[in-house]
Amino acid sequence: MSSPSSYYIPHEAKWPIVGSIALFAFFAGFASLLNGGSWIVMAIGAALLVYMMVRWFGQVIAESENGQYSAQVDVSFRMSMMWFIFSEVMFFGAFFGALFYARTFSGPWLSGMGEGGAAATNAVLWSGFDYVWPNNGPEKLGGAYDAMHWFPLPVLNTLILLTSGVTCTIAHHAIKHGDRAKMVRWLLATCALGFFFVIMQAVEYYEAYAHLNLKMSTGIYGSTFFMLTGFHGFHVCMGAIILLIVMLRGTRKHFSATNHFAFEAAAWYWHFVDVVWLGLFIFVYIL
Amino acid sequence: MSLISRVFLVAILSLTGLAARADINMPVGVTPISKEVFGLHMLIFWICCVIGVLVFGVMFYSMFKHRKSKGAVAADFHESTVVEIIWTAVPLVILIAMAIPAAKTLIAMEDTSDAEVTVKITGYQWKWHYEYLDSGINYYSSLDAEHNAARQVGSGIDVGQFENYLKEVDNPLVLPVGKKVRFLHTSADVIHSWWVPDLAVKKDAIPGFINENWALIEEPGTYRGKCTELCGRDHGFMPVVVEALPADEYDAWVAENAPVEEVQVTESASATAVASVDDDREWNMEELVAAGEGVYVTHCASCHQADGAGLAGAFPAITGSAIATGDHAAHIDIVYAGKTGTAMAAFADRLSNSDMAAVLTYQRNALGNSVGDVIQPSAIKALR
Amino acid sequence: MSTAAAGHHDHDDHDHGPAKGWTRWLYTTNHKDIGTLYLLFALVMFFIGGGMALIIRAELFQPGLQLVDPLFFNSMTTMHALVMIFGVVMPAFVGLANWMIPMMIGGPDMALPRLNNWSFWIMPFAFLLLLSTLFMEGGGPAGGWTLYAPLSLQGGNSFAFVIFSIHFMGISSVMGSINIVATIFNMRAPGMSLMQMPLFVWTWLITAYLLIAVIPVLAGAVTMLLTDRFFGTSFFNAAGGGDPVMYQHIFWFFGHPEVYILILPAFGIISSIIPTFARKPLFGYASMVYATASIAFLSFIVWAHHMFTVGMPLAGEMFFMFATMMISVPTGVKVFNWIATMWRGSMTFETPMLFAIGFLVMFTIGGLSGLMLAITPADIQYHDTYFVVAHFHYVLVPGAIYSIMAATYYWMPKWTGNMYDEKWGKIHFWVSTVFLNVLFFPMHFVGLAGMPRRIPDYNLQFADWNAVATIGAFGFGFSQLIFVWVIYKCIKGGEKATDEVWEGADGLEWTVPSPAPYHTFEKPPAQYS
Ligand code: HEA
Ligand code: HEA
Ligand code: HEC
Ligand code: CUA
Ligand SMILES: [Cu+2]
Repeated sequence: MSSPSSYYIPHEAKWPIVGSIALFAFFAGFASLLNGGSWIVMAIGAALLVYMMVRWFGQVIAESENGQYSAQVDVSFRMSMMWFIFSEVMFFGAFFGALFYARTFSGPWLSGMGEGGAAATNAVLWSGFDYVWPNNGPEKLGGAYDAMHWFPLPVLNTLILLTSGVTCTIAHHAIKHGDRAKMVRWLLATCALGFFFVIMQAVEYYEAYAHLNLKMSTGIYGSTFFMLTGFHGFHVCMGAIILLIVMLRGTRKHFSATNHFAFEAAAWYWHFVDVVWLGLFIFVYIL
Repeated sequence: MSLISRVFLVAILSLTGLAARADINMPVGVTPISKEVFGLHMLIFWICCVIGVLVFGVMFYSMFKHRKSKGAVAADFHESTVVEIIWTAVPLVILIAMAIPAAKTLIAMEDTSDAEVTVKITGYQWKWHYEYLDSGINYYSSLDAEHNAARQVGSGIDVGQFENYLKEVDNPLVLPVGKKVRFLHTSADVIHSWWVPDLAVKKDAIPGFINENWALIEEPGTYRGKCTELCGRDHGFMPVVVEALPADEYDAWVAENAPVEEVQVTESASATAVASVDDDREWNMEELVAAGEGVYVTHCASCHQADGAGLAGAFPAITGSAIATGDHAAHIDIVYAGKTGTAMAAFADRLSNSDMAAVLTYQRNALGNSVGDVIQPSAIKALR
Repeated sequence: MSTAAAGHHDHDDHDHGPAKGWTRWLYTTNHKDIGTLYLLFALVMFFIGGGMALIIRAELFQPGLQLVDPLFFNSMTTMHALVMIFGVVMPAFVGLANWMIPMMIGGPDMALPRLNNWSFWIMPFAFLLLLSTLFMEGGGPAGGWTLYAPLSLQGGNSFAFVIFSIHFMGISSVMGSINIVATIFNMRAPGMSLMQMPLFVWTWLITAYLLIAVIPVLAGAVTMLLTDRFFGTSFFNAAGGGDPVMYQHIFWFFGHPEVYILILPAFGIISSIIPTFARKPLFGYASMVYATASIAFLSFIVWAHHMFTVGMPLAGEMFFMFATMMISVPTGVKVFNWIATMWRGSMTFETPMLFAIGFLVMFTIGGLSGLMLAITPADIQYHDTYFVVAHFHYVLVPGAIYSIMAATYYWMPKWTGNMYDEKWGKIHFWVSTVFLNVLFFPMHFVGLAGMPRRIPDYNLQFADWNAVATIGAFGFGFSQLIFVWVIYKCIKGGEKATDEVWEGADGLEWTVPSPAPYHTFEKPPAQYS
């Protein structure tokens, strides 16, 4: 609880307003792009956003390394990270929810199973439609396709991510014992595995588009498959970049056995990404 | 029945009589379900009134008595487990008392079995299509033309002259009295909702799915309702009119209107339909433009506007449109197949070959366009 | 590390007044400055959203289309709701949280001051993005604030902008909520236990959790809309195996908790004001906390009561009916506790109390009509009519908006150091309350008699009551100018407020000087340690 005499309160924050302008440019630019405009505004926004983050985080890192933060500030950071991850969980929840809904409700209804108008839905609108998962709907949107098999790539990816969870934990133990060099080594391994995962995911997408005719537009199966794995892949990318930064900070002699919040935040995030993958592996690939 | 409950019932009924004014209350309606729903509505309404009177009564009493200017001195209590339990438990009991009749009515509403007539209702932007699955009768129903003219911004027509302003259609849905009618609701574009208060029937029309419900109309008459799910620009101009006929008159109506032979494509029921004409015949421009005008007014003008000017940003103009004055293939395609993700629906199933050819030719040679060529019904037939 | 920190704070943390010049507001990390920014932003947006409501009401004054195209009317309805919910009530509550929570818990500031600045400064940009769509070809979004697929997918150029503006606001809300959670858990005065926190803090804590849980779900829902429109997915398209109704489920999983987000902080405000003017401690503090938590929990399992006509399986309709009805119980507990607080008190009726009582009465009316809506068979008649519009305006305007006004009158002397003009405050209350009921009460009648919502034109049968409602709307709208006038005068000057301001006031915020110093609790308050 509060002991304000040691609570660090920064007095001027110049980066947030830059961040708002950057986001504004990014969103407005992206929307114009979707409406057939140019990509330039969006790119400027994205670049500014990255610049803002580099500078803002840079400032926070400097303050942290100067020892301006008390244990209480550390707790604030931890809580924020925890609840941020929770909000991410809910974001994925929306897409998992869509997957469950499509599989247990709308799919069977379209094929005439269930009460209410389901029988009529099938008989009158989609007669002859038979529902099995995976499915691209009664009009077979996207055409004939093959489903993504859980073997071999997804299994490999599962192993990669699980291993990276272990390497990450080893790195954590290392820094807890003050062994920074060891931390950096194991973090390097973790990042490498992370990026390897992303590459494998790219290979999988290539396979899907080039050989399976499985696309985002392959009905509800393609939609859920690419949105879930896509957002996950994006998060892996982010997580790996964060870990990379933490590692680079390690090489600059940042962090100590007691003060390594940034590491822990990155590790939590990494584990979260890991757990989401397990959910994906089970519900998207296997079941 | 105990005395108390009898007194209560009489009280409710007499108050109900007061409240049953059509301009400020729900209509009682003409089906067993609508009457049940009305009773339920009044029951919960009066329960809420009683709760309100009690709660506000205590509050205003306290505000009056326990004010500082009257010399009230504040007490100091701030807890009492007993009263807290009471005011948790009592509302719970009241809720259960409401839930039981509600659940019963709900179960009855959902029971669509043993229907004698089945009507499939399809929502379009912005009209209804009715299809009697038993007899094959089918037609569109949209806002009455006079009302439609009057409701335009700046029409200068006094809407006060129409008794049923915005609640009149060209072709009402005709239903029998005394028979259980099952409705199948669906939509061809966005979500609509088919509502007739007097039947207590309101169900969303979901594109790609069918919802069911039913009505058993007890009195002949005309019952009016509206589309109640926002469905775009003319959502407010999509009335529903049901004409309930005694069984024998209904049968006569069916006999008179039932199609003689199988229809292949759903034909337009508009007065100007030229459906019966041979698709393979060569038409001349005058014929097509003349027929096309009617089709345009019924099917296209609600978006592209009667003069073809469209609405900037929402609906493109036909006048001077690159598509409507360009290549045949593209022009036919956008009308035949529509454009997914926009309000421009596929008209393949809604217009006959000749109607479509007519409206296409009309667009090319009227509304300020003068390409000077024709699109023949045979060109559309070739696509099917 | 802690020694280094001690070395730094001397010149960093203390002796700082506000910075000079306009960049003070741009760069500020001070919770009071940011609170002020939020509140002013909300006030401006209230007039924008209200102006849109007045356009709606003007068109509905008479049957026939007089003023606007139906498409523009629909976009007014849509924008009005988005502005009022995301641009007025939510930012105003966050503004109050910023001002009051650190003071109420004896903390030096918010836990993450820089993030706090960002949370605010996103809002003007997000609304710039949203409101700019009104000037695009094809106009703003016109599919209702619920953005139901597939209608919303038909939107013109504005569509992508609207989706992104929702993402944008969402970022602000989630960051703001995280900040509030961290502040409440981490910045309390030493010794202050959770069950000693003022109820405003409690209700905000629970609201913050609701926000963190459901805003990302909304983000997911609108993302699916975006990909359905631009990237060929078919989440909401039956032809590809999706379902338009699925959008509604996801939306309302957000949307229903959202309406409690718009009312729980109000409950906290009312729980602060009523004891003060009854000069008696709040009745049933603990049960208030538990009731708030129960409402929040229940709010996650009732979402489909907005969807009783979409054709759910019977069992689903039953479940959602019963669960929705249950919410009346904890809400009733709150109402009864407030009345028990007033009971045998020693009441006076200054403006904040008037607004609190107005809240109590009219929120209850709105709650009771909500209960009627929960009864599924009856809701099939009520749904998408003006009866629903009446319900939610009764809980939102004399509910959420009145609580914000009550809070403004209640705490303004603490913010500015000056008393507001009591006479004009009371006039504001009475004029508003009269017009408000003229505005919204007739909507119950036309709704029951069969007037659907979201229509620009209607049958003659509804003409009289609509004319009445429109008169009420203009009356209510223009009475808000009194509010602005009172605030303006109070900022400019007036009778000096004492530290305690109100005779019966209790809480840490009343122990500091009026106006509250720029940094309130540089040393933790003594009473809890
Ligand atoms: C602040 C916002 C707010 C609040 C607090 C509420 C509170 C409630 N709402 Fe409301 N609601 C909205 C905002 C809100 N609502 C909005 C914006 C919409 C429309 C959205 C749209 O479609 O655009 C809506 C729509 C809406 C619907 C859908 C209607 C339809 O579209 O068909 C329903 C249905 O169940 C409903 C129910 C309820 C219930 C049961 C409560 C309960 O929480 C009320 C509980 C309170 C009380 C009951 C009164 C006090 C209690 C007592 C005095 C105790 C005694 C009581 C008993 C014994 C029962 N609301
Ligand atoms: C917190 C939320 C909130 C608030 C405060 C309000 C406030 C008001 N609302 Fe709104 N409303 C909603 C939330 C809210 N509403 C929602 C969620 C919907 C559903 C939308 C949908 O269907 O999608 C809705 C829909 C809605 C409708 C139905 C529209 C339709 O179905 O087509 C109507 C119609 O009368 C209406 C009216 C009003 C009025 C008159 C006010 C008044 O209280 C406003 C008071 C007016 C002012 C404060 C304006 C003051 C202006 C001046 C003095 C003029 C000067 C002007 C400038 C300087 C710009 N609202
Ligand atoms: C519900 C509204 C609606 C109705 C009814 C409608 N259209 Fe359209 N129409 C649209 C929209 C929206 C577009 C723009 C599609 C796009 O974004 O390319 C469009 C585009 C067109 C175009 C291409 C114009 C251009 O220059 O891009 C033609 C031609 C056309 N419609 C013909 C018709 C015909 C013929 C009918 C009636 C049989 C009709 N439309 C009915 C909404 C409608
Ligand atoms: Cu069709 Cu509203
Ligand atoms: Cu709700």
